[in-house]
Amino acid sequence: MTGAKAAREPTYRDALREALREALAADERVFLMGEDVGRYGGAFGVSLGLLDEFGPDRVRDTPLSESAFVGAGVGAAIAGLRPIVEVMTVNFSLLALDQILNNAATLLHMSGGQVAVPLVIRMTTGAGRQLAAQHSHSLEGWYAHIPGIRVLAPATLDDARYMLAPALADPDPVVIFEHGSLYNVTGTPDPGAAPVDLDSAAVRRAGSDVTLITHGGSLGKALEAAERLATDSIEAEVVDLRTLRPLDDATALASVARTHRAVVIDEGWRTAGLSAEVAARIAEQGFYDLDAPVERVCGAEVPVPYARQLEEAALPQVAGIVAAARRAVG
Amino acid sequence: MTRRTAADPHRGSLGPPGGREHRHDLLREMLRIRRFEERCVELYSAGEIRGFVHLCIGEEAVSVGVHQALTPEDSVVTTYREHGHALARGIPMAAVLAEMLGRVTGCSRGRGGSMHLFDVGRRFYGGHGIVAGGIPVAAGLALADRMRGRPNLTCCFFGDGAVAEGEFHETANLAALWDLPLLMVCENNLYAMGTPLAREHAQIDLAARAASYGLVAWAVDGMDVLAVERAVRRAAQAVREGAGPYFLELRTYRFRAHSMYDPDLYRDKAEIEQWKQRDPITLLTDRMRAEDGFDDAGLDLVEKEVSEELERAVEEAGKGGLEPPEDLLRFVYSPAGERP
Ligand SMILES: Cc1ncc(C[n+]2csc(CCOP(=O)(O)OP(=O)(O)O)c2C)c(N)n1
Repeated sequence: MTGAKAAREPTYRDALREALREALAADERVFLMGEDVGRYGGAFGVSLGLLDEFGPDRVRDTPLSESAFVGAGVGAAIAGLRPIVEVMTVNFSLLALDQILNNAATLLHMSGGQVAVPLVIRMTTGAGRQLAAQHSHSLEGWYAHIPGIRVLAPATLDDARYMLAPALADPDPVVIFEHGSLYNVTGTPDPGAAPVDLDSAAVRRAGSDVTLITHGGSLGKALEAAERLATDSIEAEVVDLRTLRPLDDATALASVARTHRAVVIDEGWRTAGLSAEVAARIAEQGFYDLDAPVERVCGAEVPVPYARQLEEAALPQVAGIVAAARRAVG
Repeated sequence: MTRRTAADPHRGSLGPPGGREHRHDLLREMLRIRRFEERCVELYSAGEIRGFVHLCIGEEAVSVGVHQALTPEDSVVTTYREHGHALARGIPMAAVLAEMLGRVTGCSRGRGGSMHLFDVGRRFYGGHGIVAGGIPVAAGLALADRMRGRPNLTCCFFGDGAVAEGEFHETANLAALWDLPLLMVCENNLYAMGTPLAREHAQIDLAARAASYGLVAWAVDGMDVLAVERAVRRAAQAVREGAGPYFLELRTYRFRAHSMYDPDLYRDKAEIEQWKQRDPITLLTDRMRAEDGFDDAGLDLVEKEVSEELERAVEEAGKGGLEPPEDLLRFVYSPAGERP
């Protein structure tokens, strides 16, 4: 940076790119592949510039063949490489679900422990940009349903920056969900940040009256709700699950044991979704800590609509979180 | 070129291609598969083997012929109809059988069964139950060899039914686009379960379809083990030399039903009988009688050798222990601290 212009604050996108650059530079077995990750720079600009730096072998553009290139990632991982496969969005990942569920998640077990699949799959998830149903769904809860994979949801710049290295070091398949509304979010990187402990949820705000449990794109809304609640002297603790499988329920339960109230916020659908799993675990393990029923704020049971007011109505919003927390506090 | 791994002391090595000794070896290999599967039928009827069991009786020339051209460093990916491929690859009979009996000594520790045989030491990567699901994985194995500059190929087996799946077409395109050392072996037995080729494909010339993606592709008589071997050696050499992916359509036939559950109501008995006239084992035996002075005594000797191996395998497999239910959750994730 020259002159008086201050250095621009980095974005979530920058953090992801930096993590990729570091991974590619650190280990020659690592390569990135996916649709438009090379020349185009990534559908969301995450890999911009990496092709020039690392060449077309290691930043590899693929045809529109989700099943084939995710499956090729499985094969390459088995054969000793460390592929990072980008699938543009979770909506499109359904075309590769066979490879993710039937192969990546399953081969180790089905082979009696012989075929480990150290594969990282990144994809965008979530709504909020008026892209209508086929580009807006939040299906990370579906992936969290599958034994054999690890599911990550980096909600902060530091997680975006420091989750990739431990994901690559994991001997098993890891799926990383990047919420589409986060890419342009800026922040001040923590100078002391270290590789994220992928087994632990994070308490993002301390509080004593109610626990807000969320992940990914809803973390910002939960934190904003907590600030609003504070003006009413309700102190909310905010737990960011950040690893959706295996779920660190201990951190959430410890918080509920302090606050005695829980609100689960999830952009995915309520029915049979991630919020149901979290609420059930609180009921199973933390029932006697509760002073109020567990509240849930989820995506409406509708394919996400295009029109702004409808889309907003379909998603968890700050007002809804505040209302749920107030109900819980009573 | 020998396909035997050092850790495979239970059998000798095959003779050089072309000679009498080699033909004799091919016959023994095909008989091993045939007699093994016949014994599987008995064990299934006795209730010892359960689940889906897909036999390749009639298709032995494919398993045996293809494997002549592979080295221990090559990778193999296959389907649920893979007993023949597994045995031809050198996985011990006892380990395959123990797997089907659900024993911990099975090649997948009893977690895979008949459809999911794995042996990473022999680069045998399944045993896939999703039609066409193994094909993209094979492309990835080939990609890894390519990127690391290893002179190996990946051989991927699949059926004619799989050619109707998107995963086949996506992978054919990707493999040709990236010049991958992939040998795509389509075992065309004319049926996908009960659906004959002409009712599953608008264009039944499968090699022509593969060729449209830029793969070198041709069809081979899959009942003639020597023809299979010749074709695959040629293809494998070209793939190894960097000619990109090849597609071979091996025209064969399964003499038995699709699986042990299948009453086989969709095929004309006369059609089956007609194909049995071209039994790959008989074809080779006849040729050996005509050219090698092979006779009944010679055949008896091979049969005896195979039968002894089979009996030993049955006995050994039956002695295998069972994984305790307490270990149910093993191998869902790698053990802590393990970083491959
Ligand atoms: C994706 C998928 N669809 C359907 C099936 C059920 N199924 C198992 S085998 C088979 C026929 C496959 O035929 P083909 O590929 O020709 O192989 P073959 O069994 O003849 O060796 C079918 C439909 C399956 N296992 N996977």
